Amino acid sequence: MSAARVGVVTFPGTLDDQDAARAVRLAGAEAVPLWHAERDLKGVDAVFLPGGFSYGDYLRCGAISRFAPLMEELVPAARDGLPVLGTCNGFQILCEAHLLPGALTRNQGLHYVCRDQRVQVVNADTAWTAEYETGQEIVLPVKHGEGRYVADARTLEALESEGRVVFRYLGGNPNGSLNDIAGITSEAGNVVGLMPHPEHAVEELTGAPSVDGRGFFTSILKKLVNA
Amino acid sequence: MARVIVDVMLKPEILDPQGQAIARALPRLGFSGVSDVRQGKRFEVELDGPADEAALSDVRKMAETLLANTVIEDFTIHVES
Repeated sequence: MSAARVGVVTFPGTLDDQDAARAVRLAGAEAVPLWHAERDLKGVDAVFLPGGFSYGDYLRCGAISRFAPLMEELVPAARDGLPVLGTCNGFQILCEAHLLPGALTRNQGLHYVCRDQRVQVVNADTAWTAEYETGQEIVLPVKHGEGRYVADARTLEALESEGRVVFRYLGGNPNGSLNDIAGITSEAGNVVGLMPHPEHAVEELTGAPSVDGRGFFTSILKKLVNA
Repeated sequence: MARVIVDVMLKPEILDPQGQAIARALPRLGFSGVSDVRQGKRFEVELDGPADEAALSDVRKMAETLLANTVIEDFTIHVES
């Protein structure tokens, strides 16, 4: 059978699309470049929104990208169950597009934080985390200035009680996120957003100190192959 | 021709570390008596025509859709005279 096809979206100002595509290929899937200005998902089986500074972070991170022509296709497809992963700026875009609740605001300490971050996998039942164990501790790079997850009390409570917090920071919260939240999922579990970068932790040479990000891509591949 | 002002502020319950940093800097500069500072955004929207009800309704839609993220921000609209 043909390889699963994972779309990797590039907006003006996206930085991590090459690493994202490489991580998809290393897992054995086909990486399909998707361009923000085209209303075309090219029939992909899943979509990866990588990090960067789309539209220069003008207005708010992800605020302009949300209205890109490609997003007009992606938003309804995600609501219909298409697996979508957003990391960093991709997470910000998913929140601005209301595919995920809440928002990402300026880091509490005001500093841009770039470091290896211990993260706990809280929910190993999503399309992107099934290859991890619930409670597993992994290390992924974080690099952002606006990653403080906020949501109103009711939303937070719903996320917690419905098991939709997917990742939590361990060993120090880098940005002041409420409840140490590093990543969340949609009600159906097909849309996942997180601030850390699994696509930068997939190879021994450059992924130091870990290749813990590989599980995202093996998870989605397994799901698509078994589908 | 009219100018409509949209002011966007973080909701009161959302932490504003930039405002806090400004508030902390003020005493060092010799400004006393400031208990808090919140930082926001101001948009000046120039209309082709008058700021009538329909135009203001459009500006409200702009604010809700793009200028503010109503998950974390409130906005107010007023016509500049």
